[in-house]
Amino acid sequence: MSASAEATVLITHNVGLHARPSVKFTKLAKSFAAKVEVAVTASGPWLDAKSIVKVMAAKAPKGTVLHIRAKGDGANKAVEALVDLVRRDFDEDGDHARSA
Amino acid sequence: MRIKGISASAGYAEGSLFDLDRPPAVYVGKANAAEEAQALKAAIGKAVNRLALLVEAADSDAAGILEFHIAMLEDDALSGPALASIGSGQPADAAWRQTLEAEIAGYAASDQDYFRARAADLRDIRDQVLRALSEDSESATPQGAILYGEDIAPTRFLETDWSAGGGIALKAGSTASHVAMLARSRGVPMMVGLGASMGKSTGVALLDAEHGDIVLSPSQAEFETFRRSATSFAARQGKAQAFLTQPAVTRAGTAVQVQVNIADPSDVDGIDVATCDGVGLMRTEFLFGKTLPDEEAQYRAYRKVLEWAGDKPVTIRTVDAGGDKPVPGFTVAEANPFLGMRGIRLSLVRLDVFRLQIRALLRAAIHGNLKVMFPMIATAEEYGQAAALFAEEQTALAARGVAHKLPPLGIMVEVPSVAIAPESFGNVAFFSIGSNDLTQYVMAAARDNAAVACLNSVHHPAVLRLIASVTVFGRERGIPVSLCGDAGGDPTAIPALLEAGLRDLSVAPAQLAMAKAAIADVLV
Repeated sequence: MSASAEATVLITHNVGLHARPSVKFTKLAKSFAAKVEVAVTASGPWLDAKSIVKVMAAKAPKGTVLHIRAKGDGANKAVEALVDLVRRDFDEDGDHARSA
Repeated sequence: MRIKGISASAGYAEGSLFDLDRPPAVYVGKANAAEEAQALKAAIGKAVNRLALLVEAADSDAAGILEFHIAMLEDDALSGPALASIGSGQPADAAWRQTLEAEIAGYAASDQDYFRARAADLRDIRDQVLRALSEDSESATPQGAILYGEDIAPTRFLETDWSAGGGIALKAGSTASHVAMLARSRGVPMMVGLGASMGKSTGVALLDAEHGDIVLSPSQAEFETFRRSATSFAARQGKAQAFLTQPAVTRAGTAVQVQVNIADPSDVDGIDVATCDGVGLMRTEFLFGKTLPDEEAQYRAYRKVLEWAGDKPVTIRTVDAGGDKPVPGFTVAEANPFLGMRGIRLSLVRLDVFRLQIRALLRAAIHGNLKVMFPMIATAEEYGQAAALFAEEQTALAARGVAHKLPPLGIMVEVPSVAIAPESFGNVAFFSIGSNDLTQYVMAAARDNAAVACLNSVHHPAVLRLIASVTVFGRERGIPVSLCGDAGGDPTAIPALLEAGLRDLSVAPAQLAMAKAAIADVLV
């Protein structure tokens, strides 16, 4: 049985999928056995969601629709948890405010 | 010699220069590829351990950055290409350097400020491992020194003891870098963009990161002027904190409204609403990143700020894209973008985008005290068209039974035609003077061109006279006038602005206290 799941989520955090959110995102992805991948367009390229180097290199700013897919054990849960993290703005308090 | 730059963190530092770009110690190659690979892995491990030690002593901002570095270093995707190069005969240092250079180039090429600024983090990561490889035990930075160089690594900032003062002077650098953020939160003076004329300097220097310059080999007179400014800055800063929680009042007892400028809904999370009189300018360009935002995303963003402000006013500016703020798929490429399709001009030809924003604003209006203003208005017809679109969308929402409210509609005063002939605009709900653009258009000096920066002064009588004439017109007609440009938060400009008749300023949140303190010194 190879479960698979896929979803999209809008990045609403101030500066996008940046340093600290990427740390949280990849840590969470690593907590699942499933193979998890992300992409910034529906057609890919699909990147390993457990690699911060790959996730940061996507340079996804605020307003990006992030595509997340998983395959294998707990695929559904993995996608659900990652979507939820993005929706919660990575639990960041938005202290990257820049002055005018 | 005095060199101009950009202040990334206000303050003063007097100290000897310390060159950040001294060549590091040399790595000694190993006997074979296996040993080279082992050396690289060990160096990465050592760098991670050093960072872990720093995390323990760091506050949450700093810890976040360090944890990001650790996560990058621990990711096999980073060391993979380097180990492959070692396998094909490269020494560890060259292999690592080459791999990281490729990553750095990727970030440096980004069109997003934030991601471009990460190139500095990648350089830091590169150098931490190179340092561990060459066992270069860096000599500690002397206390109170002014660190200067191309750019500075975040770990370098964190390893430095700032308790005895000191500052940072960068030839390149960015006000959006992690270090700039840390410097602002720790109160370490920092300047960026000093350019190549810094050269290789030694000796004592005077860093004035309030006005944005550094003096090399200062004369006695320059020392004295600097110390007076530094003392005055420290006194103003200390005094200012006491003003933050108080309403702003001049020495003559005149009340002045001080609102904040924000760019992102999350900006308000760090502001105590009791310390300001509302939001004088909420920019909406931030919503327009790589993709155009939908109505829901905009509605949620506006509502968040309105609910935060309670009954205090929140002035939201419709999208001001174009000029120096291009938005892919929305703005057009032009030879003279500041004089072309930007602000309301663009909104009025892209009605699909504009109507969506109008609907989101009408719906959000029921959640607080909303005011809406249009950027770059030059003629009364433009205002008329924009206001008519609000009326149309309002009718449509009413027909669908959607909850909404029509907010007061005002205009930015930034195109000189409005400031010269305000009588064409007797029907607007309010004026908000955009001093940055008004100044650049009056002085014909692009605000993104450093070569004409000295012309770009709100203090010029031509600019001040226009501001005064708009406030007079507003008073006569009972139309409120405020100002939301950088000048509003500039203590040196505030006296002239109040003398010109303004009683409502909107400033960056970080400038609230200093602006209130400066107002308290004015005799009008």
